[in-house]
Amino acid sequence: MSVILGSFLVSEYAAVAVFLLVGTGIVLFTFGLAKVIRPSNPTPIKLETYECGETPYGTAEIQYNVRFYIYALLFVIFDVEAIFLFPWALVYRSLGLFAFVEMFIFIAMLVFGLFYAWKKGVLKWV
Amino acid sequence: MTDAFLTNLAFYVISFCVIAGGIFVVSSRNLFHSAVFLVFTLFSVAGIFVMLSAYLLAAIQVLVYVGAVAMLMIFGVMLTTQLSNVRIRYMNEQVWPALLICAGFLALLVYGLTDTPFATGNVAAPVEGAKAIGTLLMTKYVLPFEMVSVLLLAALVGAIVIAKKD
Amino acid sequence: MIPLSHYLLLSAIIFGLGVVGVIISRNLIKLLMSVELMLNAANLVFITFARWYGDPGVHIFVFIVFVVAAAEAAVGLSLVIAVFRRKESVDVDILRLLKG
Repeated sequence: MSVILGSFLVSEYAAVAVFLLVGTGIVLFTFGLAKVIRPSNPTPIKLETYECGETPYGTAEIQYNVRFYIYALLFVIFDVEAIFLFPWALVYRSLGLFAFVEMFIFIAMLVFGLFYAWKKGVLKWV
Repeated sequence: MTDAFLTNLAFYVISFCVIAGGIFVVSSRNLFHSAVFLVFTLFSVAGIFVMLSAYLLAAIQVLVYVGAVAMLMIFGVMLTTQLSNVRIRYMNEQVWPALLICAGFLALLVYGLTDTPFATGNVAAPVEGAKAIGTLLMTKYVLPFEMVSVLLLAALVGAIVIAKKD
Repeated sequence: MIPLSHYLLLSAIIFGLGVVGVIISRNLIKLLMSVELMLNAANLVFITFARWYGDPGVHIFVFIVFVVAAAEAAVGLSLVIAVFRRKESVDVDILRLLKG
């Protein structure tokens, strides 16, 4: 099969590659250097969660409240709404009122959703 | 180091990241690690999107999948699982039959892939990106665009009704 | 330069991994993650052919798939949380009330 795809200039992305390499390099270098020159004296006290004042009990794996999830859910829905604003904003000037009305309907729908969530009381933090 | 060589290198490195990340998502015993590797895999897929000069979609992949969906997954993990509970099994007893079926399925796909005569010739010029998408979305595909808002409204209301404690 | 078939092969491998994940996982959230992988494989094929035919209309499909994936994750995880609240577990095998 002689189908070729990807006529795309990687050298334009050389900056990204250099950024990645230098970023990784700095982290590895500083951690490696610190490991070489620091004194090593592990004691169990150093592994405690708080230095003083609090004695931790139980594990860190508690069940979180479902309210966190509902806020995350609202974020996801409006995040997906926001992705449609980018291409819309680019063509808004050339399409004029038509695009404005379309986006108005689009956002109005989701405002109904937000209003529903508000009325249901899921936005209230008790 | 020619540009063609660098393109190949970038593609195969990113592909390796995608496949390795996918394998970890499926095989990891810790659900939280699965979620983190899902982020890694989806981010690498965004890299492939950039190689296919779909820049807007690569950005949206990062925004929606990595930023929102994977975060939602992590919230789900935090809400429902006991990570250190070793009695929970993450895989069932059908691992080998599943792998066998999947290998057969993959072989079928590869056979179809090598057997299909894709139209040869020059690749079309890269599409001009976000502006073309915006114009299409606002004119030709305006009905799907408005349906999307209805779908999101339904998902929002439905998810709140299901998840709300009462 | 990379042949078209390599992109499609990569997509097929991601899809296969997603299928394996759906079949073998016992955890509902992991199942949802595998479904996300499969949706991404579909997106990759769409974008490959969009590039191949130079057609920006295909990108609209990918937009819609993104929306469907987000809605699916939101409603799916809500269902998982509802199941967890009733059964105190997210194992797939406990959901057998409809089994005759």
